[in-house]
Amino acid sequence: MSVGDRFPKIDGVAKADGSGIYADDISFPRMLHAKLLRSPHAHARIRGIDVSEALKLPGVIAALTGDELPLKYGVIPWTQDEQALATEKVRFVGDEVACIAALDERTAEDALKLIRVEYEVLPAVLSPEEALAHPEIKVNEKAKVGNITKHVNLQFGDVDRAVAGAAAIAHETYAYAGSTHAPIEPHCAVARVDADGNLTIWSSTQIPHYLHRELSRVLGLSPAKVRVIQPLLGGAFGGKSDPFSLEFCVAKLALKTGRPVKILFTREEVFYAHRGRHPMKMDVTVALESDGRIAAVDNKILIDGGAYASFGMITAYYAGQLLTGPYRFGTYRFDSYRMYTNKPPCGPKRGHGSVQPRFAFEVALDEAAEKLGLDPIEVRRRNFIGEEVDTVNGQRITSNGFLKCLDLVEQASGWRERRGKLGPGRGLGVAGSMYISGTAYPVYPNEMPQSGVLVKLDRSGRVAIFSGASDIGQGINTLLCQIAAQELGCDPRHVTVVAADTDLTPVDLGAYSSRVTFMVGLAAQEACEKLAAKLQAAGGATFAEACQKAEAIEGAPLAASGGYRTQKLGGGYRGGTIGASPAYSFTAHVAEVSVDEETGIWKVERIWAAHDCGKALNPTLVEGQIEGSVYMGAAEAQMEEMVYNEKGLLFGPSLLDYRIPTSMDTPDLQAMIVESNDPNGPYGAKEAGEGPLHAAIPAIANALYDACGIRIRELPFYPQRVLKLLRERGRKEEERVA
Amino acid sequence: MMTLPPLEVLRPGSVAEAVEALRAHPGARVLAGGTDLVPNLKYGMYDTRHLVALRGLSKELRYVREEGGLRLGALCTIDQLAENDLLKARTPALAEACGQIAGPQLRRMGTLGGNLCLDTRCVYINQSYFWRSALGFCLKKDGTLCHVVAGGKRCVAAASNDTAPALLALDAGVRLVSPRGERVVPLREFYLPDGLHNTVLQPDELLVEVRIPPAAFGKKQAFMKLRTRAAIDFPALNLAVALETEGAVVKSISLAVGALAARPVLIKGIDDLVGRPADARFAEELGRRAQKQCRPLTNISVDPDWRRDLLPVLVRRLVLRALA
Repeated sequence: MSVGDRFPKIDGVAKADGSGIYADDISFPRMLHAKLLRSPHAHARIRGIDVSEALKLPGVIAALTGDELPLKYGVIPWTQDEQALATEKVRFVGDEVACIAALDERTAEDALKLIRVEYEVLPAVLSPEEALAHPEIKVNEKAKVGNITKHVNLQFGDVDRAVAGAAAIAHETYAYAGSTHAPIEPHCAVARVDADGNLTIWSSTQIPHYLHRELSRVLGLSPAKVRVIQPLLGGAFGGKSDPFSLEFCVAKLALKTGRPVKILFTREEVFYAHRGRHPMKMDVTVALESDGRIAAVDNKILIDGGAYASFGMITAYYAGQLLTGPYRFGTYRFDSYRMYTNKPPCGPKRGHGSVQPRFAFEVALDEAAEKLGLDPIEVRRRNFIGEEVDTVNGQRITSNGFLKCLDLVEQASGWRERRGKLGPGRGLGVAGSMYISGTAYPVYPNEMPQSGVLVKLDRSGRVAIFSGASDIGQGINTLLCQIAAQELGCDPRHVTVVAADTDLTPVDLGAYSSRVTFMVGLAAQEACEKLAAKLQAAGGATFAEACQKAEAIEGAPLAASGGYRTQKLGGGYRGGTIGASPAYSFTAHVAEVSVDEETGIWKVERIWAAHDCGKALNPTLVEGQIEGSVYMGAAEAQMEEMVYNEKGLLFGPSLLDYRIPTSMDTPDLQAMIVESNDPNGPYGAKEAGEGPLHAAIPAIANALYDACGIRIRELPFYPQRVLKLLRERGRKEEERVA
Repeated sequence: MMTLPPLEVLRPGSVAEAVEALRAHPGARVLAGGTDLVPNLKYGMYDTRHLVALRGLSKELRYVREEGGLRLGALCTIDQLAENDLLKARTPALAEACGQIAGPQLRRMGTLGGNLCLDTRCVYINQSYFWRSALGFCLKKDGTLCHVVAGGKRCVAAASNDTAPALLALDAGVRLVSPRGERVVPLREFYLPDGLHNTVLQPDELLVEVRIPPAAFGKKQAFMKLRTRAAIDFPALNLAVALETEGAVVKSISLAVGALAARPVLIKGIDDLVGRPADARFAEELGRRAQKQCRPLTNISVDPDWRRDLLPVLVRRLVLRALA
């Protein structure tokens, strides 16, 4: 069982039988439970906070307000605009204002009602259009101009000329609704201070290293006094990749009281923490030459960011930078604004920044191709960008299995035989996409490796791997066992992985941008190769014997380290490194839908998804990632949306009202793996966790068109929207007949 | 996580003890399966300090008996009824309704009595205390405004129980017991158009049994539920029909629709359709009549205009399925 095998997840049984330890399973004697007071207003100035009555409630031990944690933080060093607890202003309904620690949760909750906050309510902006129109209503003082978090305007080639000379043009506006990650585990953090004043935080985070840095800075403690440990995670999907208020509050309260402190978010609070998919309005033009080649793509993007920056600066880039494959663009321009609004902050959700423009583009491509009478798969083939090429915006594509992906979904779906012959209300649609395997842009500029792995061999034949990476379900800890087995020849079940503990493990930057398997995999491979050489030199009949001989030769315990060093990549222009990746994954989907034309109710019957992951280090895990991604994409197409009332209050912050599909609503999924063996990846591997989400949504939209002749340009594809479009189509047909 | 308010749980061993406990503790809430009560308690929707738990009555009130018509104990679980062969044969509309409630785990816990007495639901009320405070509260609890009907003085939170339309269409009755004795109320008189308290149930009264008349057995019947997901969701609309036919002609019609406002609606003024051929035209006409009497509201998060648009289609399909 080594690389390429279907080795079972090492934490699978513990997660399934309940014995696994998540943050909320961690408990200490004398531990306090804390609760956060949140703003009922979308935008207000704080005139005063009085916690004196709350402190009088029996069982309340401590109160915390923002003046005790004044420093601002944020995952991106250039846009640090968040405070653990607000001192001057609140910026969305749910923004944190004060925190109470008590003997139990109910007492803390009761105490919140005794806190008096005097607010001066301010006008709020609830849409990016309002945010642009009203720069005088300043949502977030971090914005240099009006309410703009980030504006990016990049052009590659003469787009206007290419559009003017094109044979077919599709130009429409698209709207992508905001959605959230909905991990089954709510955010949870536990803090404890030992007798020497060392602070340990167990947190459901996917960025232990950044959290470690920010905790140390905001708390004013030496990094050597702060330890962050990430226990098992019950889903993250990007929703746990910022430092959050609860982590600072438990830490401060533990320092203040000398007692362990825990905060477990309610489901409602997870919705306020958010960092989900940004709503985007997109004005897209796709222009084709007469032979179907893409002459130009032009996209104006307005992004609804919510009250804080989070990764928003990157979002404004990703919305444009990640569209330039798997097709060759003749010319390209994008102009994106990420706006502050008085709503929970958006951030990186699986497929960060690029899912929305991908939807718009893949639908527009179909529309333009139809004008030329081109088959949707054929137009995608004709525009294939190839391998070892640069994109129009200067990104280097190495391996590229996109054509193979198209072939597979074409065959598996019976595209040629079945398309157009499925009868009324049933159709097939195709879409493709590309995604990064990590980025050449470390979140804070530095020359140190992005990932590090230490491997130690024991004379008993045991291997210990120390890895800073966050296993958020993608299975990196399992892959580390397989890599050790591959390189060292040991039994993968004899490998112990010590992970994501800032005292014990080398730094890894975190589980985001689909970087972990790629970068940590390379680091582990490097470390293991060093040890393998020593074992080979030592000889020995068994692995344990080889370890003993090698240790005898070494005269010291056997250990080695490996790292992933950031490559210089990307275009030589401002922002050119953002979206530049050492390798890109590729995906093609065909979706089959059925539509009840009388009600607008429709169903995804099946999705065939082929994904080029370079090399499947563990095919079972890759298939799981493909299926999970496709599910999540289909969910956004079907039903997911964050809806607010006129005061900025989020409707139904619960898993009953914010609906995610049940198993009954999930289409049949067929995951297919394509291996293009990337020259840069570990054993040829590229990412598999985010890419396969993108194509699901436009494939479904294109299938709806094939099924019943409607072009749906707004998510989610609610049945009432489908019905409205069906009626419009009917009216147009009647007019034509008349 | 969300916490429960402090509660004293009373555990009566009989119906008599249960209604005595209700009498002795005004405002007490009845706990059967708890699938709806417990989340509502966590949301701070009730000021009660006492729960009357009915687990001790489950032997007494968990029966399905054929006695004249059907008699169903109020503590029959939803999954028990969904799987019951007698119900499937005699009252398939009720069995279907039960099968479409929530999901398997909740059907195992939830009870028939609990579903019939389900508190009305609204997007503005089944939320946390914090959320409702940010909203400015509403008519149903802690406030004076209705956020569904501008200027509304009566709560229009939606009857969201799936068994109610089925049992209304089957002309069922419910047996209610209090310390003063018992009474049998036809279901058509059980519900009130008031979202604060949408039944005639007195504070010390317990619904102990559902009675379905034998006339229901011969009727052509069907149940249908509109919801976003194929499981879990409360209804965006639910409908049940029971028809008697003689030859090819309609002899009697009973059509009930739920998930509108506080009371599930029995469609009225359709007696003139009796004597019509039981065909697609009849089904269409019934759909048109139903649409005129039903006004979906924003109390449920699924687009009310679309739900209204769909009503005639759903009624037609429901009727044709019953006739098939």
